[in-house]
Amino acid sequence: MSRRATNRPTPLDYFRKRWMQAVIVVNFTFLYFPIVALIAFSFNDSRRNITWQGFTLKYYEKAFTNNSLHDAFINSMIVASVSTAVSTILGTMLGIALYRYRFPFKGAYEGWVHLPIVIPEICMGVAMLAFFAAIQIPLGLFTITVSHIAFTIPFVAVVIRSRMSGFDRSLEEAARDLGATEWQTFRDVTLPYLMPGVVAGALLAFTLSLDDFVITFFTSGPGSTTFPLKIYSMVRFSVTPEVNAASTILIVVTLTLTLFAMYIQARSGQRSTHD
Amino acid sequence: MENWRNHRLTFGIFILPPTFWLVVFFTAPLAVVWVYSFGYRGPSGQTYLGFSLDNYVRAFDWLYLGILLKSVWIAIVTTAICIVMGLPLAMGISFAPKRWRNILLLIVILPFWTNLLIRTYAWIAVLRTAGYVNFSLEWAHGNLDAFFTFFGMPELMGTFEPLEILYNQKAVVIGLVYVHLPFMVLPLYTVFEKLDRAYLEASLDLGASQWRTFFSVTVPLVMPGIASGTLLVFILSMGTFLTPDLLGGTDSVMIGNLIAQQFGPARNWPFGSAISFVLMYATFLILWARATFASQKSDLGI
Repeated sequence: MSRRATNRPTPLDYFRKRWMQAVIVVNFTFLYFPIVALIAFSFNDSRRNITWQGFTLKYYEKAFTNNSLHDAFINSMIVASVSTAVSTILGTMLGIALYRYRFPFKGAYEGWVHLPIVIPEICMGVAMLAFFAAIQIPLGLFTITVSHIAFTIPFVAVVIRSRMSGFDRSLEEAARDLGATEWQTFRDVTLPYLMPGVVAGALLAFTLSLDDFVITFFTSGPGSTTFPLKIYSMVRFSVTPEVNAASTILIVVTLTLTLFAMYIQARSGQRSTHD
Repeated sequence: MENWRNHRLTFGIFILPPTFWLVVFFTAPLAVVWVYSFGYRGPSGQTYLGFSLDNYVRAFDWLYLGILLKSVWIAIVTTAICIVMGLPLAMGISFAPKRWRNILLLIVILPFWTNLLIRTYAWIAVLRTAGYVNFSLEWAHGNLDAFFTFFGMPELMGTFEPLEILYNQKAVVIGLVYVHLPFMVLPLYTVFEKLDRAYLEASLDLGASQWRTFFSVTVPLVMPGIASGTLLVFILSMGTFLTPDLLGGTDSVMIGNLIAQQFGPARNWPFGSAISFVLMYATFLILWARATFASQKSDLGI
């Protein structure tokens, strides 16, 4: 009897109320049904039917042997790798500078630096298109990469800055007192501490670049189709299970990278609180 | 924090390269579009520079004003639905046992990390005439029909008409809510986490019903979360391009599509540039209003 009494939800125990559980289930169904259905039907043995006709991997085979899809994937990887390398370096510099120094008009500078996160993607996309046309650089992998670097720098800087906020400056002072030069202090004290943030920032930049559609759409030229652009043109042409298979591949790649980044951040956060 | 004057060289090394990149490959492009927005279109789609406000005036023609207002309307509806769905969801998660909370939150954020294009495309299969929604409705209809036929009323249900929910405004709103729901849930959740539950207990102890407590105590207390979520969802929905492009039809052209059209098939870059800046000014105005509102509040100590 008494155990049952303690198990009865108190008035504030909303999580144990039936209606609240129903709300959560409905929301999660809404959030997951489309994606789960998309993934499930990349394995369905039927082109048009939405009912289950049996398991098959043939659409993955088709996606893997589709040359233009293959090229698009390679293009995406090139763009994402190069832009991640550059934007991680530049974003890290920016994050450190913003964390460390006081300078005139810092508030305005910060607002300006975060603009690429704030303004609508379409505005940045058409601006890049107009810019490259104005200075007569032909659109291609180069223009896509340059644009991706510009919009991922602030994201990396935000990650780096939040990592720096937990840094103990006395470590640097100790290194300097013991005779290390400014560069040695940075390389052997600051950078090792910063490393998990750098890795997390790089993974974020890579995912953002790999996933970007709108800005890429305006800065790509003939022969520089990326994976999302290819999926878009396939969707426009017709909705087939190959698109589902290609989409599933992209979902798996980005989710793996994201979960890996979260894991690194969680682990480094735990370690610094244990020390 | 250190003064930059004492470390000129190091400060320069850190700040100049990223600043240079953002000046050349972000600010300069925006400047180009800004200059173009005062220019005019040549006979075959070239852009000529000029000093006229014609493009801005044209952006408020009835035809384009309709599109602007429709974008605002779609963004408002999307935001309202996100509040209605996100508020109870954030509340439920924040009242969950501690070990559950992070998992539930991760479940909310996870779709956000899958590709925007794919998340939008996934809805086509759900909403189209032969999609999952109509499929389930047809199944339900068939069963009800059989049920009524059994009781001697074969004509009651009529024939099944599939719902037209793809390639129109409904589909765009559904797609936008789907994409932006996490942006509403996250700020709300952070406010709910810090919420002092003693207020809710006091309200219930003093005899207010659960509904009354929710609307007169809980909602006012989480208002800052609702405000930030609303801001995010509204701005992002206003400037969207992909969702109406894939799920919308002729009745759901939004500002983003109009800009894309001017830079694409219509080849009127000066006009596209002007609309692009109208959209950006609107975004800045909302952000500025929010910032001044927030600072006023903190001055009053609320």
